[in-house]
Amino acid sequence: MTVRAGDALPPLRIPITRTLIVSGALASRDYQDVHHDAEAAKEKGSPDIFMNILTTNGLVGRYITDHFGPRARLRKVAIRLGAPNYPGDEMVLRGEVTSVADGAAEVAVTGANHIGNHVTGTVTVQLPIDAAPMESTGPTGGPGAEEDLR
Amino acid sequence: MTGERTAGKPAPDDLYERLKAFEGRTAVQGGEGRDPVNEPMIRHWCEAMGDTNPAYPDIAPPTMLQAWTMGGLAGHPAGSTRTRAYDELFALLDDAGCTSIVATDCEQEYPRPLRPGDRVRFDAVIESVSPRKNTALGSGHFVTTRMDIHVGDELVGTHRFRVLTYAPAHRNPKPKPKAHPEPVAEAARPRPVVNRDNAGFWEGVAEHRLLLQRCTDCGTLRFPWLPGCGRCGSPEWETAEASGRGTVFSHVVMHHPPFPAFDPPYAVGLIELAEGVRMVSGITGVPYDKVRIGMPVELEFLRVDDAKGTMELPVFRATAEEAV
Repeated sequence: MTVRAGDALPPLRIPITRTLIVSGALASRDYQDVHHDAEAAKEKGSPDIFMNILTTNGLVGRYITDHFGPRARLRKVAIRLGAPNYPGDEMVLRGEVTSVADGAAEVAVTGANHIGNHVTGTVTVQLPIDAAPMESTGPTGGPGAEEDLR
Repeated sequence: MTGERTAGKPAPDDLYERLKAFEGRTAVQGGEGRDPVNEPMIRHWCEAMGDTNPAYPDIAPPTMLQAWTMGGLAGHPAGSTRTRAYDELFALLDDAGCTSIVATDCEQEYPRPLRPGDRVRFDAVIESVSPRKNTALGSGHFVTTRMDIHVGDELVGTHRFRVLTYAPAHRNPKPKPKAHPEPVAEAARPRPVVNRDNAGFWEGVAEHRLLLQRCTDCGTLRFPWLPGCGRCGSPEWETAEASGRGTVFSHVVMHHPPFPAFDPPYAVGLIELAEGVRMVSGITGVPYDKVRIGMPVELEFLRVDDAKGTMELPVFRATAEEAV
């Protein structure tokens, strides 16, 4: 499969659970109370806890490498946040390849929830030589490694 | 869309000049990752994100870059990371009412993947501070920092980060914690200091009697309790029970500072007893703003039950015909 400008990535639906928000905040070492304490979030003018930017960043990265495969390498991720991700919502990530050059693709990404666009961004990803998505071969991605993670 | 610049309120412009002076200054110098890049943290991240990419944890997910620089719950050791300039900038914003913070932009580049065992170092600079902006969250300033992350001398990541510091537009009506350091119901009232000079007074209170002292040499009544007569100096005295009737000689209304166990505003009176002596006491049975000089009051005993136990205090109730 060859990657071309204009290619659309299949959408990825992500339920925004309280668990995702809290575990994402803690996995990113972000202990700001607005990401785990609903009362504190309300004090600060927010209706509930909301996803931190590092989790959004991680989900965008995952969306890209899920599609282009374990041998693709993220080079640059630039995101802007809009509508917050509150518990009970759902975010749908969508992407479109905007250009391909020097073996790297640039992908425009949006993640919309029921309020609006939670995230808009641009990702530059170095493609595997054969640009074959979802293949797991080579020293860092053998079947054993995949087994361990699943 | 610059907001909050109304006539007669020039402060925001002055503030912006002061904020802008921080541009180009160092925000973080010689920061060190709390932990080396490691498999458990990578695995926890992948679990949270639902990321099953088999390339991890041999390399760290590149988007995890910032996580390696975070202070976590304990924070970085004091004075080890953030510069004074950075703290000053946020103190200035905090003073200007921008007490909340939310991240809005993150731009990262990954020259090479991080691997378990890598120890990151990082430095950051304050790139820009925006003029005052009105946003859905509230009015505030965007602050952009750029961080360079190294392993040894090798640049492994750059991280440009923008936050909005803002004054919340829709604050929950619940009072700020600062106004009530402890919930009123849980805070214990201060206890009277009882010593050998005034123990007799508190024994009287326990029996619901308001006891004054009367000098047995010159006959002068006195309050509060003291070892000697203020008129003739005699140490000889006897007790005299007050009738409990009095009038408000003067009063104050306490608004600030709030003390735990008291719920301001409330009135404190200087009560002139029918016997002629005066005592400071609480006034009950009337709103704080309806207390008036000359208002008749009558003694009652207030029973206090709190975390420290039970006690009784003499207070004065506005008598029925005067209460509003």
